[in-house]
Amino acid sequence: MISVRGLRKHYKVHKRPPGLKAAFRSLFHREYTTVKAVDGISFEIRAGERVGFLGPNGAGKTTTLKVLSGLLHPSEGEVRVDGHVPRHREEAFLKKIMLVMGQKQQLLWDLPPAETFELNRAIYDVPQAQFKQTVDELVALLELEELIQKPSRQLSLGERMKCELAAALIHRPRVLFLDEPTIGLDVSMQVTMRSFIKAYTERHGATLILTSHYMDDVAALCPRIVVIDKGALSYDGGLDALVQRVRPEKRVMFRLEQPVEAARLTSLGRVVSHEPGSAVLQVPPEAVSATISRALSSLPVTDLTVENAPLEEVMSELFAENKARRASVAGEVGS
Amino acid sequence: MSLRNTVRAFPSLLRVGFSEALAYRAELHVWVLSTTMPFIMMALWTAVARDEPIGPYNAEGFVGYFLATFVVRQLTGAWAAWQINYEVRQGTLAMRLLRPISPLWAYAAENLGAVPMRVMVAVPVAIFSVLVVGEQAVPREWWGWPLLLVTLLGGWLITFLANVCIGTMALFMESSNHVMDVWLVLFFILSGYMFPVSLGPPWLSALVDWLPFRYQIGLPVEVMTGRHELPETLLLLARQWIWVLVLGTLAVTLWRRGLRRFAAYGG
Repeated sequence: MISVRGLRKHYKVHKRPPGLKAAFRSLFHREYTTVKAVDGISFEIRAGERVGFLGPNGAGKTTTLKVLSGLLHPSEGEVRVDGHVPRHREEAFLKKIMLVMGQKQQLLWDLPPAETFELNRAIYDVPQAQFKQTVDELVALLELEELIQKPSRQLSLGERMKCELAAALIHRPRVLFLDEPTIGLDVSMQVTMRSFIKAYTERHGATLILTSHYMDDVAALCPRIVVIDKGALSYDGGLDALVQRVRPEKRVMFRLEQPVEAARLTSLGRVVSHEPGSAVLQVPPEAVSATISRALSSLPVTDLTVENAPLEEVMSELFAENKARRASVAGEVGS
Repeated sequence: MSLRNTVRAFPSLLRVGFSEALAYRAELHVWVLSTTMPFIMMALWTAVARDEPIGPYNAEGFVGYFLATFVVRQLTGAWAAWQINYEVRQGTLAMRLLRPISPLWAYAAENLGAVPMRVMVAVPVAIFSVLVVGEQAVPREWWGWPLLLVTLLGGWLITFLANVCIGTMALFMESSNHVMDVWLVLFFILSGYMFPVSLGPPWLSALVDWLPFRYQIGLPVEVMTGRHELPETLLLLARQWIWVLVLGTLAVTLWRRGLRRFAAYGG
């Protein structure tokens, strides 16, 4: 479905120090620097797969999505989406995809979302019966009934994002590119959006690429993740496998009947947190059973759970690893 | 994008453009106020021509000319250059590019969608002009009416396509709003907006004939006020539509080349 080989996107950016003097100097002499937003990444995505793009700010995730959706022309490399070269922006290609960016909107600002839906129906040539069915379905699933007749500018951020998503799905795209779709939304709205997106992709067999800084979005929606850092691909695989690789230790969380001394916990494993009524230990996976049985015999435990380390921590550790590796490579090249 | 798809979607785009014009009606009124320069010029030129005609225009002729200028300006206005500049700089052009219809058609429809609201302003002025100056305010020959419509369409197209060309420059030079400022200065001087182009020195009139500005305002106004015989009107009309073709080709070429440089900033 999606094939990316050796994708590079480099920008020439005007570089200017702050200050009036530098501003005058830049009138006559401009210094340019090349920013390697994406620097030689390759991956394949099968039809119906849900893939999360992860990476720190400025890693190249959104740039990759923009190239995949035909907005940006790659500097180098070969990109195909369902047999189309995105930069050609063929009509058939544009009718198969959608891109929702949390910080950009396609809704007509002064008109109700229903007007945008109707406009998209005309532009995407959606038959009336299918349009009605799709709108009814979207209105019911996303609870839009009260919203679609109000001017978009009067909607809250969460309401607007739901309507943005609905507008982008009027033509039933087969490939969904979602860039931070839950940014700024409250927790319950995030859950609604996630479950809706999952249901849509399963029902229509759609392929999804998602970027999000909310790890819960990725964990809930994407069995596979692609990690991009400084324009390069640093991981491509299952979420569980990534956790096993970067932070295999498990978190054992105890609820305690009464407070215990810290010393009694440190003998069991590394203490992540310690409160009067609870404690969290980090232990190697092979030591989980032994730690639990020792804890049950030595501590006033009322309840316990075993979990992986939070995804945020896993990602932060992975990015730190990548940064250290780049610094070491740069050091070797320098010497 | 296929022409079939565009033709099918265009009425919906026009309807949205009209709805947006209704939503922005306060802004439209302010824009109308900003186009009242012909009334000021009318006061000046009628005062100058009170005692004797200037060229072919007596005081009544100037009244008819500048009321027609106001009407034509309402019907041929476009603002795509500012729209494109803003959307390129903000990156919001990206959302238009995702749709299977060229954004140029969408800009055209949004600009045309405001025409019905402007007609509501222009028609009373045209009626007032007929009441004041009589038959000098409208075409006197039957062929003047269809040719007026064609010159109005040509005038709008030149204005819109020039806007697209200048707006698209934002893809090459980050912002082209100042280029638009320069264009507007030339437009005010050379289009017949502030004085009939035939009143300029011969060298200026000759120059104006070869530039696009006269065909935005001057020609439709001259046809509306019956200033030319049929052969001369047809010659000027041909020149107007050559400019439409030139600017249309330039706009599409610049647009296609510019999109390769689009950086879709933000988000």
